[in-house]
Amino acid sequence: MPFAVVLILLVVGSLVFHVFSPWTFTPLASNWGMIDFTIDITFWVTGAVFVAVNLFMAYCVIKFRYKKGARATYEPENKKLETWLTWLTAVGVAAMLTPGLFVWAQFVDVPEDAHEVEAVGQQWHWSYRYPGDDGKFGEVDAERISADNPFGMDPDDPNGQDDVLVMHPEARVPVNQPVKFLLRSKDVLHDFAIAQFRVKMDLVPGMQTYLWLTPTETGRFEVLCEELCGIAHHTMRGAVVVEEPEDFNAWLAQQPTYSEINARVAGNAAMGAAQYAVCAACHGPQGEGLQALNAPKIAGQSAWYLKRQLQNYKSGARGAHPDDTFGKQMAPMAAMLVDDAAIDNVVAYIQTLPDNPPQVTVDGNVANGEKLYRVCSYCHGAEGQGIQAMNAPRAAGMTDWYVARQLQNFKDGIRGAHPTDFYGFQMMFMANVLHDQQAIDDLVAYINTL
Amino acid sequence: MGYVAIADRDHEIEHHDPQTFITKYVWSQDHKVIAIQYAGTAIFVGVIALILSAMMRLQLGFPDQFSFINPENYYQFITMHGMIMVIYLLTALFLGGFGNYLIPLMCGSRDMVFPYMNMLSYWVYLLSVIILLISFFVPGGSTGAGWTLYPPQAIMPGTPGVDWGIILMLASLAVFIVAFTMGGLNYVTTVLQARCRGMTLMRMPLSVWGIFMATILGLLAFPALLVSAIMMLLDKTIMTSFFMPAISSMGVDSGHTGGSPILFQHLFWFFGHPEVYIVALPAFGIVSDLLSTHARKNIFGYRMMVWALIAIGGLSFIVWAHHMYVSGMNPYFGFFFATTTLIIAVPTAIKVYNWVLTLWEGNIHLRVPMLFAIAFIFTFIHGGLTGLFLGNVTIDLPLSDTYFVVAHFHMVMGVSPILVVFGAIYHWWPKITGKMYNETLGKWHFWMTFLGTYSIYLPMHYLGFAGVPRRYFAMGNTEFMPESAQDLNAWITMSALFVAATQVLFFINVIWSLTRGPKADPNPWDATTLEWQTPDTPPKHGNWGHDLPECHRWAYDYSVPGYEDDFIPQNVAADVAPAGRDHGGAH
Amino acid sequence: MEIGLIVLAIMLATLLGWLLRQSFNAQPWIAEPVEESASQAPFNARPKLVALTAFLAVATSFFALILSAYSLRMELGDWIPLTEPQLLWFNTAVLVLASVAFQWTRNVAVSGRASQIKPGLLLTGVLTSAFLVGQLIAWQQLNASGQYITSNPSNAFFFLLTGVHGLHILGGMYVWARATVRAFGGRDAAAVSHSVELCTIYWHFLLLVWLIIFGLILST
Repeated sequence: MPFAVVLILLVVGSLVFHVFSPWTFTPLASNWGMIDFTIDITFWVTGAVFVAVNLFMAYCVIKFRYKKGARATYEPENKKLETWLTWLTAVGVAAMLTPGLFVWAQFVDVPEDAHEVEAVGQQWHWSYRYPGDDGKFGEVDAERISADNPFGMDPDDPNGQDDVLVMHPEARVPVNQPVKFLLRSKDVLHDFAIAQFRVKMDLVPGMQTYLWLTPTETGRFEVLCEELCGIAHHTMRGAVVVEEPEDFNAWLAQQPTYSEINARVAGNAAMGAAQYAVCAACHGPQGEGLQALNAPKIAGQSAWYLKRQLQNYKSGARGAHPDDTFGKQMAPMAAMLVDDAAIDNVVAYIQTLPDNPPQVTVDGNVANGEKLYRVCSYCHGAEGQGIQAMNAPRAAGMTDWYVARQLQNFKDGIRGAHPTDFYGFQMMFMANVLHDQQAIDDLVAYINTL
Repeated sequence: MGYVAIADRDHEIEHHDPQTFITKYVWSQDHKVIAIQYAGTAIFVGVIALILSAMMRLQLGFPDQFSFINPENYYQFITMHGMIMVIYLLTALFLGGFGNYLIPLMCGSRDMVFPYMNMLSYWVYLLSVIILLISFFVPGGSTGAGWTLYPPQAIMPGTPGVDWGIILMLASLAVFIVAFTMGGLNYVTTVLQARCRGMTLMRMPLSVWGIFMATILGLLAFPALLVSAIMMLLDKTIMTSFFMPAISSMGVDSGHTGGSPILFQHLFWFFGHPEVYIVALPAFGIVSDLLSTHARKNIFGYRMMVWALIAIGGLSFIVWAHHMYVSGMNPYFGFFFATTTLIIAVPTAIKVYNWVLTLWEGNIHLRVPMLFAIAFIFTFIHGGLTGLFLGNVTIDLPLSDTYFVVAHFHMVMGVSPILVVFGAIYHWWPKITGKMYNETLGKWHFWMTFLGTYSIYLPMHYLGFAGVPRRYFAMGNTEFMPESAQDLNAWITMSALFVAATQVLFFINVIWSLTRGPKADPNPWDATTLEWQTPDTPPKHGNWGHDLPECHRWAYDYSVPGYEDDFIPQNVAADVAPAGRDHGGAH
Repeated sequence: MEIGLIVLAIMLATLLGWLLRQSFNAQPWIAEPVEESASQAPFNARPKLVALTAFLAVATSFFALILSAYSLRMELGDWIPLTEPQLLWFNTAVLVLASVAFQWTRNVAVSGRASQIKPGLLLTGVLTSAFLVGQLIAWQQLNASGQYITSNPSNAFFFLLTGVHGLHILGGMYVWARATVRAFGGRDAAAVSHSVELCTIYWHFLLLVWLIIFGLILST
């Protein structure tokens, strides 16, 4: 008897949980309402079966529980009943399958007027490519991928010259226009998924896959990688911003094309030297850093990283958090660099500065640090040298107190929480693995040995 | 000249009774000892996998609170948890354990047809387990590629254990397949050749049918895993490009060219989907026997049950790509595989109906094995119905790769078979050991396991609806996710830890029974099948004493009208109306 | 995957057909005397033969799946057909002869002419070993001409297929060796004869597999 009651309670409880659960689908923001409709049908059919069969079973457990002297009925089979149940099941299955196949046919068939965006996945970042004015993508090839050519573009393909390359994980698309996402991976399997749009598809290296949808709401929608792609799989996030067509067109026009990127002049170190005078006040004439002024060593740091951080300070992606005392000091300094060319120049000058090993200031358990560093080594390299393809800066041979403070900042959400600090966002996850000050010290002590 | 069962040549075959302790319990060729060795080893690795799952649940429920969990070993935990549970626990336990124990006893034979090969099968299995366990301790640790081992990621930097872990994993799988094949050939041949006189195929208990069909599936499906393992090993070690396309990994060209990761997925799931049924079919069979015995009623629609088993087994080979709807394969395949997948729901539903109808107008004894069996129906209905979501290609779009998938397959392939495993262990324990277990402890164990697991997996489906992806070390801040998702995760973790802890009750019961358990009746449940009619309990080497049993009827003569007892064992002659209870066994 | 599916479908259909001829229409709940029900089972085989048949099904599945992979991989862009070493024709002939020799040995064994079993077994062993050596030389030739296993997927599949096929033959050679040792020991004539029968089936099977592999390689 208690067993039957529990069964009934579980059925009722499941239904109640289902009805009152706050955990359910996020509001739909695309044309794929038919998917939700199919899910609803399936809920009704399966829910009815769940309730009916289990309640019947509970009834049997009560009614036919063991009684002394009672005797079970002898009935080997009942063809009529079995046939009847089979057909009923078949009808239920058909009711669920039919709309499913109908919607899938729509998903497979991309509308003619869909515009195309290519989403490129790699461990553990997204980037995007738009076909440009000619509406055609240039040829790409995995074997051509390099630090200077992260998309693997064919430099001789005329179709590729006006391709718009978005080298960060935030894409934009216009609202109410069908869009076909072409999906490409540089390394392993990934999956392009946006919960509000309902659809997702894997990225497979060596081939191109696709999905399509029509965004129906404006806003920022997070892209999650949903196919295991290595240890930082959970940090592989991006976003698709849906906006009004005119906003979208304005944004797209600002983005550099492949030929514009190629035409960029390298930074001029001589011109950067003058601007560096301001920096030298804190970071030192040799870029060696000065702990008393909380200025880290910048000499020897990769150019791409310095440039990104200066841009982040300028845009407010970094140094805007109220608790980021020293970052707030840096922000106005970065703002003095009027444009990207100025940034390139000063970075070029910093590249000419001598890379002397800084003073060791952090002490910790190196053996423990070595264990902790294993996770870091995937992106920052076994020697802490930094890997541009992973968007991971050099960590070894830099000012150790600064590395420790940044780890703490990431952990505390002081750095990396801004929605456009894409790579800092990833470091927040990773810094959380370090549980306390001691762990940070141990790790930094190990990095000092590299 | 008709069928000459080996049974008829019984006296021509010599049976060497093992003499020493070593030949009796270690290098034993007795199917019952091998069964216990298989089951013991499988449960041992299962406990390791359970601990791994507790570790990953700690991270998910209480992110970054435990310094011994980092993204690297987290992914190693999930990989090894999945692989161990699916292959080294469930497959080995159902076929190597229950298959070995039940097939000869239920078919009325003295042993497996090839006892030496049977012994070898266990030791090779043990070797595969040892290789698997070694991989935890090699430099870089075990592989963290996820149990599906998808290339390129499984053999590329960025995944833990890419140096040695993955090689040992693939080697261990290859060795396991060899072990399974040796065992599987034995099971099939024994069922086909060594049944006692009168045991026609349609008189076999459904347990044997389930194990038999599962073995056939395994024999035909495991080669797919072997092929993919060999090809991936070659891609990894000597740089062929079966599965590996041109890749720029972490800014470095991998040197491969032209291969297809999708090809691996096809091969893997060609094995992987039948594997689901390799675990499920024995559970289906065993649970049918438990229900019938404890409800004192024949299994409803026996013939339909047999044909449903066969239909499910056959269909299971043409549904594999429903694991790949969003893999980037040709999307037109979706129509075909969604249709076949939903068709497979029909024979599966028939089985469920027949289990429930077996209870109808029965005389239900709610003993521990029966509690587990009925709970299995409940969880299996739940898991089966959620399968209709995922099998329907359209609904798979939002739900694949989320916690809905995790909840679904744990419900259908984790909780349900494990409930059957426990039910079966309690059911046959008196025969295996000759001792009774503690009923009260058994009931406590049941309630905590059943309610605990439901409290893990019901809410987990809703994480999936909300969009939480599986295989995420941490969610972090995700705008569309309600904060309360983390509370739900914490609840799931607490339930999981609770369930894991309460499994101690089972082991206490085992120890209690072995040391102080009362002597068991040879046929405590008044069951009809042959294993309960052995002259000795536990059965001795050779099982049947001097004469083999003869089978005169099907396995489900419960509550037959006109008989005083509510059961007639299979070896009672057709024209004899039993008078008392004491007719079982050969004398 | 079509190849794998078709082969599998044939095997499952065979099994199903056999089951259907069993007692599908029996009403199992009706108790019957032993003799009557026993005679319904039309199966009169020996366990080792059944086990071998089952194993051949496993091996068929194994090879069919590699061939499925072969056909799928072939369709991708970078496939360059293999230039087969001419030696393969010779190897094929040797394997055919080995199969014929085994068949002859079997016929001898079944008809009870025990004295001729030994030369038959030896001849088979020599021919089969010659095939294996021939395959190894073919590998050598490919390597010598710069066609390594990694050069192209067609090469990789060639090495893989010949490798696993050779391993299957080696496994057969183990059983052959046991039978030969027994035959020369002069004991257990029935067991030797039974071994020879089973080996013959296995050799024919592997010959068939090789012909399919060879044909596929030639035609692509």
